[in-house]
Amino acid sequence: MTESAFALPAIVLVTVVTLVIGAYGVRFARTTSDFLVASRTVSPAWNASAISGEYLSAASFLGVAGLVMKYGADVLWYPVGFTAGYLAMLLYVAAPLRRSGAFTLPDFAEARLGSGRIRLLCAAFVVLIGWLYLVPQLQGAGLTLGTVTGAPYWLGAVVVGVVVTANVATGGMRSITFVQAFQYWLKLTALAVPAFFLLLVWQAGGTGSLTADDVPVFPAETTVDVQVDVTVSVLEPVSLVAVGVVDGAAVDGPLRWESGRHDIAQGAELRFPAGAPVPHADQLDAVGNNTWATPLGTGGGHPEFPLFATYSLILATFLGTMGLPHVLVRFYTNPDGRAARRTTLLVLALLGVFYLFPTVYGALGRLYTPQLLLTGQTDAAVLLLPGAAIGGLGGQLLGALVAAGAFAAFLSTSSGLLVSVAGVLSTDVVGRGSVAAFRGAAAVAGIVPLVLALQVVSLDVSVVVGLAFAVAASTFCPLLVLGIWWRGLTDVGAAAGLLAGGLLSIAAVLITVLGGARAGWLGVLLAQPAALTVPVAFAVMIVVSRLTAVRVPVDIGRIMVALHAPESLGVHRRPT
Amino acid sequence: MLPDADRLVTEDPQPQPQPSPRVRIDLAARRHVRVDRTLREIEEQTRVGEVLIQGLIRAQLSLALRLSAVIAVLVGGLPLLFALAPSLAEVAVFGLRLPWLLLGVLAYPFLFAVAWVHVRQAERNEQDLSDFVDST
Repeated sequence: MTESAFALPAIVLVTVVTLVIGAYGVRFARTTSDFLVASRTVSPAWNASAISGEYLSAASFLGVAGLVMKYGADVLWYPVGFTAGYLAMLLYVAAPLRRSGAFTLPDFAEARLGSGRIRLLCAAFVVLIGWLYLVPQLQGAGLTLGTVTGAPYWLGAVVVGVVVTANVATGGMRSITFVQAFQYWLKLTALAVPAFFLLLVWQAGGTGSLTADDVPVFPAETTVDVQVDVTVSVLEPVSLVAVGVVDGAAVDGPLRWESGRHDIAQGAELRFPAGAPVPHADQLDAVGNNTWATPLGTGGGHPEFPLFATYSLILATFLGTMGLPHVLVRFYTNPDGRAARRTTLLVLALLGVFYLFPTVYGALGRLYTPQLLLTGQTDAAVLLLPGAAIGGLGGQLLGALVAAGAFAAFLSTSSGLLVSVAGVLSTDVVGRGSVAAFRGAAAVAGIVPLVLALQVVSLDVSVVVGLAFAVAASTFCPLLVLGIWWRGLTDVGAAAGLLAGGLLSIAAVLITVLGGARAGWLGVLLAQPAALTVPVAFAVMIVVSRLTAVRVPVDIGRIMVALHAPESLGVHRRPT
Repeated sequence: MLPDADRLVTEDPQPQPQPSPRVRIDLAARRHVRVDRTLREIEEQTRVGEVLIQGLIRAQLSLALRLSAVIAVLVGGLPLLFALAPSLAEVAVFGLRLPWLLLGVLAYPFLFAVAWVHVRQAERNEQDLSDFVDST
């Protein structure tokens, strides 16, 4: 892999700056309210940068480009959905949620439904979704550090885990707001500047068409080091020079592969001539260029049921964003409901600008780093493209910039997740909202996913993140939407819906992650469960609430007023 | 639990709101009293207050649903469109195939435009209620 001399210093710099800004923020954090929601004094512009900085995770920075490189047109729905999720949030949740005055999702559930048990259930799901989302962030950190410096996988995961836990435990949210806002602009720069140069290089090379050849080809003679055992599909016969164990036999010399599957053992070195068609890692379901460029060609890895897979993905991402705990907690930092709306509007603009770039990397990755299709590690496309396409000192510097941006992505998203998981653990599990309890909870909240990330190495970053969205869409989305707009929601109905949607989607996550059914209807249903689990969660919540209508809170009228009345009426300023 | 003045937590040991006591009307301070009383009506869920807020909720919900329908048709309809008319996906505009142009670029300004309409209209709905309260 291309290693850049500047990448490690850049990563260290980002980490140190994050810690320094965090330490600077500590001076302002003196009360529990400072720690949890920055005492609600953050302006929309700051808040929008911070929300975007927090939201753009490993999945957005590395994963989207990797997916686009693999699957093409059908996965463009990932970034569109990640953005549209904020629109759904704006339409149904943003202002009322802020006006509820609750600090966390469990706070909201208790206030709206008047039940302590529903509060605990929500707390459990917040922690679960938070951890599910934290694991791939730490894994992404391990992958990045390994790719750009050759460091072992565990080191990157431990570095990000420890830095983030220490930062959150000492600074809390106020410092996080500064850190996150800084990191949005860093991430945008780190992706946009190299993308600009990549496009220039592509132009200079005569804007080679992505679909001129039937399958991706090696642009120049390429040597591929196979780091993990892999089975590849060969679409067109190819000649190569191999050293190592191929198809179960030791090889050292020229080789010709006919169409079909070939096994390559770890440690093998393959040299392909310029213009040779690229064999694809088997799990990528070898995709020709035209299928790649056409919607419903790959179904994002489910070529048998592309339409179902696409709509299920749309549902999960459009509705899942509002249920992500680290996204929700940010809305409480707005001064009022009107500011919450304006913040969301700005977030949509910031995300829209950012998501123009991963697609560029994904598409150009097929031209300049096609060997990733062979190894299957397309998540590394963003990191390797500058070095591969631009080369020289410029390529190294730009490579260091994207590595720094990737690290910013892990640091900011993990920080945000940790704040919300620790907030819920300290108030609901420990039962005290004190600063000391928050610090202890932050340590616990950080260590658990770190241990998990060190155990499971082979999970795909973007797949796990997508599943976290599906779980969020199947639990907190119906709770929030029905809780805010429907007077009839009861605590029993909400609990039943949370359990139905939550357990179904978590079962799908577990089976997919543990490598269960991949093919057929069951495979696509388990990998993209939202199209089933979201309607089930809504239906169960509505039906069970109807059956337990006597349990509608007696003061539902007052609650609805508090959720929807604009602050200018003054109904929120109750003397206590 | 954290102390904060504007929270909605139910453990707050406030009794259920009582019907407001009769007030003496001072003509000189009439306007002030009226506004004050309307606010209290809303707060205490008298019939008028409830009707006012119900109206606002209905307006905001129908706004959200209408914009969702726009998104569902214009954005959510795209996969179906490409499934029904595969030749559309081959059309190239400025060197980009149509699906890549729509999903990779144009979707983002469109989502922002819908959000902008929502913020404007939602604030107007709230302003209408505030104006109504002020003018009663």
